[in-house]
Amino acid sequence: MVYKAKAAHLGSSLSMCEILAALYGEKKQKDDRIFISKGHAAASVYATLALTGHIPMNMLDTYFQNGSYLQGHISHHLPGIPLSTGSLGHALPVAIGSALANPEHRHYVILSDGELNEGSNWEALLFAPKHTANLTVIIDYNKIQSLGTIQEVLDLEPLDDKFQAFGWKCLQVDGHNLEELTNALGGEAKVVIAHTIKGKGIADIENTLASHYKPPTEEQYAHSLS
Amino acid sequence: MRTAFLKKLFQLAEDNPNVWLLTADVGYSVLEPFAKQFPERFLNVGVAEANMTGIAAGLAMSGKHVYTYSIANFPTLRCLEQIRNDICYHNLDVTIVAVGAGLSYGQLGYSHHGLEDISALRGMPNLTILSPADPGEVAALLPKRGPTYLRLGKAGEPDLHNYPVIPGKGVKIRHGSRATIFATGSILQRALEIPDVTVISMPTLVPIDVATILQARQSPHIITLEEHGVGGLASIIAEVLAIHGYSGNFTPIYVRKPPTPLCGTQDYLRDHYDLTVREIKKALNSASSAKTTHVAAITPNTPASLPQ
Repeated sequence: MVYKAKAAHLGSSLSMCEILAALYGEKKQKDDRIFISKGHAAASVYATLALTGHIPMNMLDTYFQNGSYLQGHISHHLPGIPLSTGSLGHALPVAIGSALANPEHRHYVILSDGELNEGSNWEALLFAPKHTANLTVIIDYNKIQSLGTIQEVLDLEPLDDKFQAFGWKCLQVDGHNLEELTNALGGEAKVVIAHTIKGKGIADIENTLASHYKPPTEEQYAHSLS
Repeated sequence: MRTAFLKKLFQLAEDNPNVWLLTADVGYSVLEPFAKQFPERFLNVGVAEANMTGIAAGLAMSGKHVYTYSIANFPTLRCLEQIRNDICYHNLDVTIVAVGAGLSYGQLGYSHHGLEDISALRGMPNLTILSPADPGEVAALLPKRGPTYLRLGKAGEPDLHNYPVIPGKGVKIRHGSRATIFATGSILQRALEIPDVTVISMPTLVPIDVATILQARQSPHIITLEEHGVGGLASIIAEVLAIHGYSGNFTPIYVRKPPTPLCGTQDYLRDHYDLTVREIKKALNSASSAKTTHVAAITPNTPASLPQ
């Protein structure tokens, strides 16, 4: 998809494939609400929507093309996407509102690590533990943001201490281990720090800043299929 | 206006179990009755307007009609992108309520002056902008479904008229031959001090009442009056006149000076920023001396302190 579309954000998409699989997979209940704050990771979201029957598989060929609903950042005009995102720091407050209105339904929000720079997330993280018992936040902690590593740009560590200090239960898991993720997502409200690898699955682009921007080259594409 | 709003909101909440009120830690001694009566539909989110606005979107997405409440720029400019992306783009039932329109909280300083809110918000998709002039207009405008911005003054403004207020329409309060003054917000009071002019209150700014503006083209002179900077009522009406044509005089009266370093009450600052009866009369006089030209002219709103 990304190779054909010559689109960006492949690395951000690949780092959260297992998170999406855990959320949209067999354990998903009909009324679960999933908010994806890192709307730039659209390619893996669209693939997930196709694999789960929300959109037809051949629609994926239209990603990033003129006239397609599959924009570069996810849109609520698609089934299975309650909130359009793309500007960071938006989905967690909205998910809190939805969780307050629907206390009987489980709510999940996927945040990127880079977007934890946004103040709106910390406003929401401060608010949620005392008001919502049905909200789980998953951090796709791939350690690379737009202009450098998390550590270089705006270090988040110690991250789990921050969430705990804000009143959250916090778990850390291997974000590419489906079983660990699935186990972590059940039960009470919490933050799940999913340690992931940017560009996971394509050796040539794994853990590279360039994977945030550049579509795979022909060589990388061929290599990834082999 | 604040009192009229809260009274109306209370009634709406009694009638409709989906009405919620969110505040960003503002409303001491005025929000308590709502909080006490409807504790499960009242949230003080803390001093966190971005979060408040996002939460409102999430609630509205689930069928709630949510009111967010704070002062002047805090529920608007501070969280402008949440309004744009989360509320307006998703076309949700959220009414953003700002108290302290224009210079209402004059003495509190520039941080608390709402002078750019209309211009910042009027381009937002699906958003209705309401700017009532008195308590009666407030009560008549609510409830409004869909994304809405309600620009309120403070408490204690007098009722300025008893004419019926229809959402989306201008309210003709007085008829006169010299000019038509369009005013929005409580500064309407100053327009009513001018003799022999038609005065129209514009409590709905978006969508604008084009028909009423077109009718006013029969006047030789159209004047706009508002407690707001560039991009508000004057721009909205000028756009309509530019598109449809107007051969009379047009005088926009709005805040066009840079922010003052001086403290002052609402009336003091209205005078400072030339939102005055004197300024309106000056425009009327200069237009009548030039009325034979038949050329549309923008009458400059010259600061009163400059030598004439």
